[in-house]
Amino acid sequence: MHIHRYEKYWLVFGFLSIVTFIAFMFVMTFSTGHHTAGGMEVIDPEKVAETPPFDKPGLKKVGENTYEAVVVAMAFGYNPAKLEIPKGAKVHFKVTSQDVIHSFSIPGTNVNMQIVPGHISEREHTFDKPGEYLVLCNEYCGTGHHMMTMEIEVVEHANHQ
Amino acid sequence: MPTINKDNKLAFAFVATAFAFFFIGTICGLLQGLVRGGLIELPYWLNYYKVLTTHGISLALLFTTYFIYGFFYAGIRRTMGELSAKVRTAGWTGFWMMLIGTLMAVVMVSSDQATVLYTFYAPLKASPFFYIGLALFVVGSWVSGISMIAHYAQWKKRHPNQTTPLFGFMTVATILLWIIACLGVAATVLLQLIPWSFGLTDKINILLSRTLFWYFGHPLVYFWLLPAYMYWYVSVPKVVGGKIFSDSLARLAFVMFLLFSIPVGFHHQLMEPGIHESWKLIQVVLTLMVVIPSLLTAFSMFATFESAGRNKGAKGLLGWWTKLPYGDVRFLAPFLGMLFFVPAGIGGIINTSYQLNEVVHNTLWVVGHFHITVGAAVVMSFFGIAYWLVPYLTGRRLTKALNRLGVFQIVLWAVGMFIMSTAMHVLGLYGAPRRTAFSMYNDHAVALDWFRGIVANQLYLPIGAFFLFLSSMLMVYLFVYLACLAPKATSQNAEEFPVSEAENKEERPPAVLDNWKVWISVCAVLILLAYTVPVLDMIQHAPGSPGYRTW
Repeated sequence: MHIHRYEKYWLVFGFLSIVTFIAFMFVMTFSTGHHTAGGMEVIDPEKVAETPPFDKPGLKKVGENTYEAVVVAMAFGYNPAKLEIPKGAKVHFKVTSQDVIHSFSIPGTNVNMQIVPGHISEREHTFDKPGEYLVLCNEYCGTGHHMMTMEIEVVEHANHQ
Repeated sequence: MPTINKDNKLAFAFVATAFAFFFIGTICGLLQGLVRGGLIELPYWLNYYKVLTTHGISLALLFTTYFIYGFFYAGIRRTMGELSAKVRTAGWTGFWMMLIGTLMAVVMVSSDQATVLYTFYAPLKASPFFYIGLALFVVGSWVSGISMIAHYAQWKKRHPNQTTPLFGFMTVATILLWIIACLGVAATVLLQLIPWSFGLTDKINILLSRTLFWYFGHPLVYFWLLPAYMYWYVSVPKVVGGKIFSDSLARLAFVMFLLFSIPVGFHHQLMEPGIHESWKLIQVVLTLMVVIPSLLTAFSMFATFESAGRNKGAKGLLGWWTKLPYGDVRFLAPFLGMLFFVPAGIGGIINTSYQLNEVVHNTLWVVGHFHITVGAAVVMSFFGIAYWLVPYLTGRRLTKALNRLGVFQIVLWAVGMFIMSTAMHVLGLYGAPRRTAFSMYNDHAVALDWFRGIVANQLYLPIGAFFLFLSSMLMVYLFVYLACLAPKATSQNAEEFPVSEAENKEERPPAVLDNWKVWISVCAVLILLAYTVPVLDMIQHAPGSPGYRTW
């Protein structure tokens, strides 16, 4: 099969670009630790309210400047409806759904998790700037989907410990 | 006067049905644009999500599939001769099965029994008749699709040791891709959703159903794209007065699409739990391989344009640009589609890049992306086809005046798509979600920003949608005109189905490219590699969920 010389150059260029992209992706994942949302833990979707830690949703301090934020998504809201997080703290989000598919997405950050009933979605994030962050559901979940929202307030100093 | 043959009637039935759904789908599109721009509020009975479901199903699934089948039947008749009676009967059987299934699904959606969007993600539980309708549509498409493969097999038997016509080869590749892809959606619909929606099983494995859906969902977009590529490869060179750059490379590109577009569904599920990171990464790498056949196609197209222009006497490095027939709607439509496909392809690479997906997943960016892939590159190529295919099938003529109207329609479409998709891309980067009715989230500053930008402004969505709506109504009008009212053709001035020849006719493509057993086997191995372990894991570990009706 004959391949034109210029076409060969073009394909080699394209292939090398793709290999470069892939290399970057793997470096970001394994050497700088940029993992996306995920998690292999499962939960009975009908017993979310009585399964720890989802029996007590909210923010919990788990270490020096490290927090765990446990959130339950439901049609059409989140429990808790508001979180106050100290600036610069590392927050480990743990989110599940008690009914249909939702998402937990914070515009302006890389937190963008698909929430699948029966599974626990996890992701870490550090809020460096204080302010009011919007959490919204960007996966269709029913007629009230566009009303589903939660607030995160990042403050200079948190009240709770 | 050319007589209309039986095969072309079959092809026309598919094309006409396609435009009926195009008409419904684009009206819904206008409504959505107006809602998202905050200009109107829909009455309660016509809820936004029902309109969205109708828009997605009508345009993405029905318009595309029906149109593609019409194009294929006309093309295999043109390149491989008259269909046998059996093949034709199977074609009609498939057509009626698809139509009955479609109508069942449409009735369920319009009576609000299936407001689950066209992705119908469990545990949203629609009426069982919605799922049965979808299953019937898919099975009907298999019946028709297999009839085309049978026609190809008959041709091969009659012409041993000959290279199959390029159009026939590409048809088989595309139909195979469709059938293999549909195995996933058929499995979830038949084994999971139908028993569960009838109440025979009380729980459903959601992660498994999502995975089976996306096993189908990405090759689906290649099922739309490949027929557009067929037009680019097979017909456009003839329209511009050139030749196919390389017949063998065109075939190679199609084989690569078959291999690399199926084992890649996880890149739609990068942001979700239950699938181990290593499997996500493997599928991302496989997904990126699809770039190679797209690059092949891009090179071939521009090489064809350049050589055609030079044959017409173009000089200098880029003089051939001025020699292209921009006033011919058969060329202008796919050409503008190709230009849209350049940013569309780059956007696709961004979507599939593991970490970058995090920024854009389920935002309006994605909507902008598939409006310039499917809504521009693919659909504009389909428009380009329709302008000659409809009169070709009905024995009428695309007159100069109709061609001018066609050019106007294409330009309107391009302008609307450019405005809307640019705004969508940028809004997505600002975090505006997709699949969401109008919401200011209690006037949150983040949501207010979506209306403030010069480039990113939700007000551009209704403006773009309005242009697109005008263009689509003009297209529907032209379709009806070309089908029923345009002047009848004589045998001298009948519309042709353009099929070009290869630049280098002596060179025969390697025989292995025509050996489907090899490619289906390689494809099966890749699919098993990419899916076996994670799917077994899902079957064993993912918990079941009851159904919900939240609309």
